[in-house]
Amino acid sequence: MKVSIEVNGKKEEHDVEDRTLLVFFLRETLGLTGTNIGCDTTNCGACTVIMNGESVKSCTVLAAQADGQKVLTIEGLGTSQDDMHPMQEAFRQNHALQCGYCTPGMVMAAVSLVHDNPNITEAEVREGLEGNLCRCTGYHNIVKAVLAAAGSGGGDL
Amino acid sequence: MSILGNRVLRKEDPKFLTVGGTYVDDIGLAGALHVAYVRSTFAHARILSIDTEEARKAPGVVAVYTAADVDLGPRPPEMPMFNQAMTRSLLADDTVRFVGECVAAVVADTRARAVDAAELVQIDYDPLPAVVDVETALRDETLLFPAAGTNLAMDMTFGTDEHFMDGCEVVVRHQFLNHRVAPCPLEVRAASAEWSPEGRLTQYSSTQAPHGVKSGLAGALALDEAQVRVLSPDVGGGFGAKMGTYPEELLVAWMARRLGRPVRWVETRSESMVGLGHGRGQLQEVEIGGSRDGRILAYRLNVIQDGGAYPAIGAVLPFMTRTMLSGVYDIPKVEFNSRSVVTNTTPTVAYRGAGRPEATAAIERVLDMFAAEIGMDPAEVRRRNLIQKDAFPFTTPTGTVYDIGDYVRALDLALEAADYPALRAAQKQRRESGATKQLGIGLSVYVEITNGMPSSEFGAVEVRPDGTVVVRTGTSPHGQGHVTAWAMLVSEQLGIPIESIEVVHGDTDVVPRGVGTFGSRSLQAGGVAVNQAATAVVERARQLAADLLEANPDDVILDKVGQRFHVQGTPAAGRSWKELAAEAESQGGLTAEVDFTAPGPTFPFGAHLVVAEVDTETGLVEIKRIVAVDDAGKILNPMLAEGQVHGGLAQGVAQALLEEVRYDEDGNPVTANLADYAFVTAAELPSFERIAMETPTPVNELGAKGIGESGTIGSTPAVHNAVCDALVHLGVRHVPMPTSPQRVWRAINEATGKASA
Ligand code: FES
Ligand code: FES
Repeated sequence: MKVSIEVNGKKEEHDVEDRTLLVFFLRETLGLTGTNIGCDTTNCGACTVIMNGESVKSCTVLAAQADGQKVLTIEGLGTSQDDMHPMQEAFRQNHALQCGYCTPGMVMAAVSLVHDNPNITEAEVREGLEGNLCRCTGYHNIVKAVLAAAGSGGGDL
Repeated sequence: MSILGNRVLRKEDPKFLTVGGTYVDDIGLAGALHVAYVRSTFAHARILSIDTEEARKAPGVVAVYTAADVDLGPRPPEMPMFNQAMTRSLLADDTVRFVGECVAAVVADTRARAVDAAELVQIDYDPLPAVVDVETALRDETLLFPAAGTNLAMDMTFGTDEHFMDGCEVVVRHQFLNHRVAPCPLEVRAASAEWSPEGRLTQYSSTQAPHGVKSGLAGALALDEAQVRVLSPDVGGGFGAKMGTYPEELLVAWMARRLGRPVRWVETRSESMVGLGHGRGQLQEVEIGGSRDGRILAYRLNVIQDGGAYPAIGAVLPFMTRTMLSGVYDIPKVEFNSRSVVTNTTPTVAYRGAGRPEATAAIERVLDMFAAEIGMDPAEVRRRNLIQKDAFPFTTPTGTVYDIGDYVRALDLALEAADYPALRAAQKQRRESGATKQLGIGLSVYVEITNGMPSSEFGAVEVRPDGTVVVRTGTSPHGQGHVTAWAMLVSEQLGIPIESIEVVHGDTDVVPRGVGTFGSRSLQAGGVAVNQAATAVVERARQLAADLLEANPDDVILDKVGQRFHVQGTPAAGRSWKELAAEAESQGGLTAEVDFTAPGPTFPFGAHLVVAEVDTETGLVEIKRIVAVDDAGKILNPMLAEGQVHGGLAQGVAQALLEEVRYDEDGNPVTANLADYAFVTAAELPSFERIAMETPTPVNELGAKGIGESGTIGSTPAVHNAVCDALVHLGVRHVPMPTSPQRVWRAINEATGKASA
């Protein structure tokens, strides 16, 4: 089937198999490999992207369901060191990443979390990121980064 | 002004944060085929037949392979101490020995089609009795390898002294299961292979040790090592489990050769939960004896290690447990015996701490039981037995030589930071008021071994004519931040800013030799090699500058701020790095290579204190505080070191509280995906309170020890002790790990006599 999805501000029209998941559409059809896959049971959040302003796990959304929608991935946030989104910058300043595998999904989830709740507390960050797993950081610095960004545009979309 | 010891932000991060890392499965190879493995659904069975007919006919399928097709033969265990009859075929031959073992491989033009076709492979099994636990294995009633005549893969028994506990006023014994856990790097395993027309293999691998994979591939495929290039781009975590060369990876190379086309493979998480090695799995009989005034006189540990279906690194880890047997304590008599057995479960491998957490967990938990028995504060019992600061280098009864430490200070720092007396007072109050939520305070004082078996590591530094630097390292970071850390070391020596220093790793063609990143070895092995290479480059440059300036090299100094060499006192006439590198170009460049082997391991140590709140009605545990003192010698970059500690703490807490790999009685895994496995999340953890302590080691010039595993080693027993401590006044002696609500609830009810059902 044919889908037309606005990805990072650019209209993408492609023919895909009906069963194609959004995450594979991003990674394989568009070559946007920043979005990762870490599980097959919707538990890890490595695939998190923002669709129409809401964070979604792109492994649970069919490309067909995203037809006509706006999708934002890590590649569409800040694209270089000098042009980072406040959330990306907070992750960097607070050493909130190690192997980097959870990072794109974690950043997207965090942006959405802060977007919805700019005065977020530590407990709310921890609850809010429950669906985004990280094996490296012990979450300590991720929580710190999200709280730091919350006060400085971390939820801007 | 030194850059060392500063919180330098990572050079790696902008890429990870803006476009994401480049992991193996992000790399497409032109014309590549995809493989999906068909895995055993039985723990132990004979394969009667395999029907691949339907799969072969499926759309897009190029080939289907079974053991009969693979001409590489079964391989005996790599380590010579294992029973050599316990061989493994890359695809299961006539018998499957664990759920998840590869039986067939389906290659197709797309991944989805390979997966679809894999479902069509029909395997007829004749089930055999499954050996799921180590005690059953030891009875040898069902043998995994009849040719071996036993399930015992490795025997390390030294005997038992009947009079061992003579003279002890109090003896406490207990059986602990240091249960299996899944390493769960967030990136699962992936590999892809491509052969050149000349027969040279290029393999991409998600590994901690690319040079090890290179040797593994060369060995398995009977190639000269020069015919193999291994690339490990960004790697999404390893934690010890991505060290060896797995059958799936060897097969990818084999299939690519057979088909004459590139082949790609990435497992699913559900495959990874059974295919990637597991950690721990040690059944421990622990006995501790001492006097009523708190002096420990004798300590004995007998273990049965679960090796899983095919003996690998996990089965040899009791050796590390023995190395760290008596921990931070000065105990006159110790005894250790271990037997490693095979079972019908996923093979065990190294996992963060690898053999040392098991040692620490045993002694730290039983020490608390001993303290409860004699009615003494657990902190006081520890204090009375700690090895004293002036006793180093200290030789333990098992012959381990600890380099340096100050264990009393570590304990004091943790107690002070947590305000231990206040915590005990709060606990007392809750106990007296009979509050539903009781407070537990758990301690652990630990020492561990890093760079345990020192081997050579490669480091090279080259200043290029444009004044930039390239560093090549044999270590293989996957989150640790070597790109930044090694650049800091070089910048310190050369004065060139880290922005101009590139660090290259994970390509065996560019880095000629290397060992990799595991066992918390990287800084003290690879970091020192890089540091020495940098020093050597400075010396070469000084010599060259002296020649050009017609001066005595001893009079030539490096002005690090100006990044140039000149004769002392006459800064005007000098040569910059750029000029010297250009000058050296005709003479092989301004470069130095070092292979460094440390004279011995180092022994990081620390003290962790955990405060837990336990709901006595529901059994639910909430961790309120984690205070961690971790001393890994001199710290190169505190930000990176803290990150390592944080991650380690989380994984240690996870083992104590949540995570456990479980099998049913038939050997079916019941935690084989991330919905069923209790992977620790942000919601279950508090923020950590880390207290810095630095006791430089004399073992290397950086004064550095490893920091990668300490957090895990110290925190598991501290959490475990905290949970048990919350309940000790109710008569609960012990709660097995992980301390799930059900287990806690049952322990309370058993102790208080309410357990009627
Ligand atoms: S890949 Fe794990 S939640 Fe989507
Ligand atoms: S940084 Fe490695 S999984 Fe989060």
